[in-house]
Amino acid sequence: MNTMDKLEKSEIERLTADKEIPEFSPGDSLRVEVRVREGGRERLQAFEGVCIARSNDGINSSFTVRKISFGEGVERVFPLYSPLVEKITRVRRGRVRRAKLYYLRGRTGRAARIAEKQDFSRKKTKAKSE
Amino acid sequence: MMRTGLIGKKLGMTRVFGDDGRQFPVTVVHVDDCQVVAQRTVEKDGYAALQLGVGAAKPKNVTKAMRGHFAKAGVEPKRRLAEFRVSEDQMVEVGARLSPSHFVEGQYVDVSAQSIGKGFAGVIKRHHFKGLKASHGVSVSHRSAGSTGQCQDPGRVFKGKKMAGHMGHERVTTQNLKVVRVLPEERLILIHGTVPGAKGGWVLVTDAVKKKLPESAPRPAGLEGAPDPEAAAAEPQATETGAAEEAAAGETETKKTDTAAAKDKDGAPAAETEKKD
Repeated sequence: MNTMDKLEKSEIERLTADKEIPEFSPGDSLRVEVRVREGGRERLQAFEGVCIARSNDGINSSFTVRKISFGEGVERVFPLYSPLVEKITRVRRGRVRRAKLYYLRGRTGRAARIAEKQDFSRKKTKAKSE
Repeated sequence: MMRTGLIGKKLGMTRVFGDDGRQFPVTVVHVDDCQVVAQRTVEKDGYAALQLGVGAAKPKNVTKAMRGHFAKAGVEPKRRLAEFRVSEDQMVEVGARLSPSHFVEGQYVDVSAQSIGKGFAGVIKRHHFKGLKASHGVSVSHRSAGSTGQCQDPGRVFKGKKMAGHMGHERVTTQNLKVVRVLPEERLILIHGTVPGAKGGWVLVTDAVKKKLPESAPRPAGLEGAPDPEAAAAEPQATETGAAEEAAAGETETKKTDTAAAKDKDGAPAAETEKKD
């Protein structure tokens, strides 16, 4: 491994030391808690919506979350490893056939729905029943 | 006061996060085995400077003359040599290993390097001309320079007229770049923003000319094995062998500067000179 990769890896390890990033992919509904500074006070602000894109590029990884806020589409791009992203929770898994769901931008209401992903994998059900 | 700089290798760019969530695009500079190869003194050369060498060169590929030069200094053959002007009280003895901790986090540096060659470039790329219009009768010459002057009156093109020509592959210095992080163990310096040159190219990093040097910066230089001034007591051991060799060679001049340098530093280097005598 070259020095650059090592450096990026150690930086990622440093940033993820006290938090866990769940497994998620485009189509999933996420709840992202972001640290916000207002005046001298710091609080957590939640941003909840559908992950429509994810870019995996080491320390430069990011993901885009889209939601409809007061009838207006809002998208926010979060750096995956930013210390400002306090917590990511996967609310719901979505079944999609694209890596980038930019087509959702042209749709609203019923047309913008994403079906929930069902997990039929044998391994998991077995584990559950045992 | 002028401290020496460092020679490094540009490894590429990445980003780091501050604890407050700020992101810094950084250029990673690797300082691999940067040693003092020779000293230039006012008595002998008319100016004070340090010749530094970095990287390991195969002795097979080094000319006999240069091999002799390295042997005299008692250092391994180096890939890249460069001189840095220093003030006379900031000399470092030959053979000393410079560490990235020569620079402290938050300080500003100037970085010089050979820029990436662009070959023969047109005026749009080279001088940011606007070119001609896309339509309205313009044909073929959309990216041309247009007129180069007036009429019969000057009857010539003025000197210095910006035209197409060779671009890049020249020495470029970027000033006032902030040092975001120093990793002495990995021998890396992370510098905020972009640095001239291609990946794998040599860069010369010096203290910024136009910014004040922080008090915490090591003087005359940050040496390997001495990350902070308090640990300076442990440092001379690494440099001592080199210094001893050099003393044996009978270089009275360098010896003189050594003692001068020892005077304004703390007890540790003073002990070193005692030992030498």
